[in-house]
Amino acid sequence: MSAATSTPRATSTLTSNQLHRFAPAGLLVAAAAVSAGLAAVIGFSIPLFVFLGIVIFAAALTAVSAAVEGRRKATDRLVTTLVVTAFALALIPLIAVVWSVIGNGLSAFGVDFLTTSMRNVTGLQDQQTMQDGAPLIGGAYHALVGTLIITALATAISVPIGLMTSIYLVEYGRGRLARAITFFVDVMTGIPSIVAGLFAAALFAVLFGVGTRNGFAGAVALSVLMIPVVVRSSEEMLRIVPNELREAAYALGVPKWRMIVRVVIPTAISGIASGVTLAIARVVGETAPLIVTAGFTSSINTNPFSDWMMSLPSYVYSLAMRPLSGSEPQPSLDRAWAAAFTLVIIVMLLNLIARLIAKAFAPKTGR
Amino acid sequence: MSKRIDVGDLNIYYGDFLAVEGVSMEIEARSVTAFIGPSGCGKSTFLRALNRMHEVIPGARVQGKVMLDGEDLYAYGVDPVNVRRQIGMVFQRPNPFPTMSVRDNVLAGLKLNSKRMSRSEADEVAERSLRGANLWNEVKDRLDKPGAGLSGGQQQRLCIARAIAVQPEVLLMDEPCSALDPISTLAIEDLIGELKQNYTIVIVTHNMQQAARVSDRTAFFNIAGTGKPGKLIEMDDTTKIFTKPGVKATEDYVSGRFG
Repeated sequence: MSAATSTPRATSTLTSNQLHRFAPAGLLVAAAAVSAGLAAVIGFSIPLFVFLGIVIFAAALTAVSAAVEGRRKATDRLVTTLVVTAFALALIPLIAVVWSVIGNGLSAFGVDFLTTSMRNVTGLQDQQTMQDGAPLIGGAYHALVGTLIITALATAISVPIGLMTSIYLVEYGRGRLARAITFFVDVMTGIPSIVAGLFAAALFAVLFGVGTRNGFAGAVALSVLMIPVVVRSSEEMLRIVPNELREAAYALGVPKWRMIVRVVIPTAISGIASGVTLAIARVVGETAPLIVTAGFTSSINTNPFSDWMMSLPSYVYSLAMRPLSGSEPQPSLDRAWAAAFTLVIIVMLLNLIARLIAKAFAPKTGR
Repeated sequence: MSKRIDVGDLNIYYGDFLAVEGVSMEIEARSVTAFIGPSGCGKSTFLRALNRMHEVIPGARVQGKVMLDGEDLYAYGVDPVNVRRQIGMVFQRPNPFPTMSVRDNVLAGLKLNSKRMSRSEADEVAERSLRGANLWNEVKDRLDKPGAGLSGGQQQRLCIARAIAVQPEVLLMDEPCSALDPISTLAIEDLIGELKQNYTIVIVTHNMQQAARVSDRTAFFNIAGTGKPGKLIEMDDTTKIFTKPGVKATEDYVSGRFG
């Protein structure tokens, strides 16, 4: 009748002492109090307070835990504290950058800023803005247009070259040529951006005469930086397409090129597309190569094949380093921050788009 | 449909390594031929050589003749793509295309080759192939759902439907049931019994009961040791291989006394 069940014991051998649930929180408060006291003795400053607090908290928690719970749990708590601290440290610069860009960028940012150029805006207007309270005029429309055109051109150049290179490397490349290409792509990944800019400037100087600067030259400079990123990311994505799918297509009598176009690329497209978007985000903020290739201008130029073309990073650089009015630099700095804010928004949008694309194209497994 | 295969003194190499040596055999049309043997003895390699799939691996090559109804598959100028259109293959692990629906997976062989079809024609091919693979009743309401959402056994039958949709002469199966449970295995074995009325079927299996259940003829492959080439030891009617084989090694293997 009775099943073989064991009677519960009064004390279990499986349990051991544990710290109270709120013990770490209590210790944290105590550590904060002690460190505030200590810091006040030495000379109070926030970094010192935080540093002392973390050290005291980690030491106290480990000691208490070692006394109550034993060595393994104590080590666990110490390492957990260190990891969380490292994570918080890593977040500080990110939050600080976003905070300062938003805080400084909002004052000049607005519809007017995005829809007007700097043509005929001089230091005189800036002085009036500061002294008489006249509205801030002049915006980054020309730079926004330039950035979009140059980046779009760079993408149009880089994506076909990069994607085809990665297809060659994954599907066809064998032996020395493939190894050489991989090597040079690695080298290209490490090229300093100013070198890419000088290369494009020199190329255009040879082809079209010294001093040739236009948006297309900027796009070429950016492609030099973008191609290796596209090759690398799409190569990774193509490599993780299972070989079984290739074999399945072969076994149906599908020629290789069609197998690649109709099976391999669609399977990897979500990763490729998000890789491309991230590559765009990577080059959209490049400054040095554009300064030496596309130059500066205060007017709207929508033709990338002639005349100088402004871009957002060059706009930030020129207004921050050479304000329109030497005596009243603040309006120029405000514009530079607003342009930086615009750039951050563009990069964030691109990252968002990359995620949406990855989600939209991802192979579906729903039932 | 369905053609016979005659193999004459076939050697298969991976680079300089001789993987399979001196195999000659006849595979009858409209029959099921099973390949059995220990792991690494070259059954799968030999099977893949029958529709030139082994060429996908760099460095793989063959010497000898494989005749499909008298036409040499390895003659100069033969396009492997044309060979594979006549000799289809089902793999060990189900591998439906993850970007395609159930219907598109079945039609993949036709669509990937850009064959023009009307909607009704395509529906007809899809239904016929799925019925042929005993899958129609289970998926007819979800033809537009992703093929990767089916269960493992259904996916494998989907792959069989995909293979027969292009109406090959021969169907090669490389351990088609090794990743499946007994019920799905039974479904596929039943299917093999039906398919042999129209197709020439060659199946590699590690499961000797399966070979005994489904095949008309059985070929036993063996290997003398690691690094040595695999060889065809014996090929005969399945009943004979499993009751009174001509070679001692075969008897040891089928009776489980081996290794």
